Amino acid sequence: MTIKTTAFAAILATGGMLAATAAFAAGADLGGAEKQATNWHAIIMFVLFVGITLAITYWAARKNKTAADFYAAGGGITGFQNGLAIAGDYMSAASFLGISALVYSSGYDGLIFSVGWLVGWPIILFLIAERLRNLGKFTFADVAAYRLAREPVRIFAAIGALIVVIFYLIGQMVGAGQLIKLLFGLDYIMAVIAVGALMMIYVTFGGMTATTWVQIIKACLLLGGATFIAFGVLSNFGFSFEAMFAKAIEVHPKHGAIMAPGSLVTNPIDAISLGLTLMFGTAGLPHILMRFFTVPNAKEARKSVFYATGFIGYFYILTFIIGFGAITMVATNPEYIDVAKGGLNLKGGNNMAAVWLSHAIGGDLFLGFISAVAFATILAVVSGLTLAGASAISHDLYANVFMHGRASEKTEVMVSKFASLGLGVIAVLLGIAFEKQNVAFIVALTFSIAASATFPVLVMSMFSKSLTTKGAVIGGYIGLIGSVGAVILSKVVWVQSFGFAEPIFPYVYPTLFTMPAAFIGCWLFSKMDNSARAQAERASYDAQAIRSETGLGAEGAAAH
Amino acid sequence: MTQIPSNKDASAHIWNNPKFHELVRKRTVFAWTLSAVMLAIYFGFILLIAYGKSFLGQSLSGGVTTIGFPIGVGVILSAIVLTGIYVRRANGEFDELNRQIIEEAH
Repeated sequence: MTIKTTAFAAILATGGMLAATAAFAAGADLGGAEKQATNWHAIIMFVLFVGITLAITYWAARKNKTAADFYAAGGGITGFQNGLAIAGDYMSAASFLGISALVYSSGYDGLIFSVGWLVGWPIILFLIAERLRNLGKFTFADVAAYRLAREPVRIFAAIGALIVVIFYLIGQMVGAGQLIKLLFGLDYIMAVIAVGALMMIYVTFGGMTATTWVQIIKACLLLGGATFIAFGVLSNFGFSFEAMFAKAIEVHPKHGAIMAPGSLVTNPIDAISLGLTLMFGTAGLPHILMRFFTVPNAKEARKSVFYATGFIGYFYILTFIIGFGAITMVATNPEYIDVAKGGLNLKGGNNMAAVWLSHAIGGDLFLGFISAVAFATILAVVSGLTLAGASAISHDLYANVFMHGRASEKTEVMVSKFASLGLGVIAVLLGIAFEKQNVAFIVALTFSIAASATFPVLVMSMFSKSLTTKGAVIGGYIGLIGSVGAVILSKVVWVQSFGFAEPIFPYVYPTLFTMPAAFIGCWLFSKMDNSARAQAERASYDAQAIRSETGLGAEGAAAH
Repeated sequence: MTQIPSNKDASAHIWNNPKFHELVRKRTVFAWTLSAVMLAIYFGFILLIAYGKSFLGQSLSGGVTTIGFPIGVGVILSAIVLTGIYVRRANGEFDELNRQIIEEAH
């Protein structure tokens, strides 16, 4: 059990994308990744990736002139490209290495997480995507503040976005540091500084255009690499799943148990709360929502969700094949097994399952490629996050709150660039500070805030005529404070970080309670608000509905 | 869509156009129906994991492959299919209706 949890710890951190139930977040020790021999193939291929992406950044920087270019790539991204970029934001190193590792050690349980992360996408499409595109300009706060009072709503939205972005960045930075030891055989601190520096260059010079293309390239490389591994595995079994499963059952110490759900989800309340968190958390992540402003219209916004769902679903099916492939082709080869620990334990930890499998299939060169792609993945995700955080600072806080909407476009973009640099420095410092800390709480924290604070306010602002500023702000803070508080009082922080014996909040994910509380808060405090301003806000709902439903007057890619 | 001026007259025309209310009603019903289907599929799956482990662990057709696999992969495919269904109707029928509404507003 301890081995299993240690193995997942780095990945939990990495991602922010691999959530955990109490069972396997327990005893997380992030100092666990062992430094491997220097991997020159991987380093050279990663440098190549950096070279190409920097060239794109140079190209994007020459094109970047307006605020719309910087925040939203001028609205010139097609639905297909945006679908790939969204999929790129979603297919983190954690979901690639972490889910395949989870399948490698637990079999069927790995599928539970993949499914949870995917099913949020249809909901985003049905309820949010086109309205977001029609109402917003650069950040999701544009939508929430469309007919409500600008300042309180933007302050709330920016606080929520910044907490999510900063903690998500910490997770990515710690993950980068652990991965570089495993994959490249270099030091933790080198990874943190390299990721911080490159991310600042992409975002500051290339804005959303560069960030999107970095994400698209990485998504293609990752999909291509994972397809190749899965193809290699299946061809080894004559393309028979039955033969692959039979071999896996034979060699896995849990035998037939890997073919059904195991101990990962036991408590139904945790299961449902986890489901809600994964499903609706996605619909409230600032860097994901921001992608909908890069397409020219609602039609392309819808297409991008369809493509993204397709790519992500395909990718999760691949990681599943990869996990089973690793059981059959990696666990059986003494070359990859950590002899001291024995059993299924891999050299460098079980997160290496996909990486060693790539070696079993394509040798040193392919292992180098997969390692480079895994690391490039972190770089791309971090860039998207930083841009989302910088927009919250410059567009929401600076331009709309401090300058009351009277900032010039030029200074707003300048502020955004400085904010990117600032966030980069903060991310590097926190990445170093958190090296030995337990960061398993990050997934629960960021996804819970997104599902409990951002998502309810966004949905209410689109669908509820009765919503007023007072209701949105109070309801939003109930969700925000409630989810942050509950995560602190839950096992991952209260027991594992603070060392108390028993958690005060008994579940891992608070969303089952905090998300309804936020919705009820928004509704109740709006109902109680009968000020003149509230009446005016309700009266302007119809005009908002015309724009959100038809796109009349929506911000478009007019400049292009 | 910025080539269309967003003035008050256009908005008033749209609000008085029965097609607008038809579009909103149709799209809303369609979107919430598909959302309900997705939620039912997903939470059905979660409840099966919490309460029906032995069901998911049954052999699919006498071999080692269990029923859980096609069900899990089916949930993934259902998400892709549902988004496909929505995009097809929204980008076709609904967008055509939308185009008419905007055209008639000018």
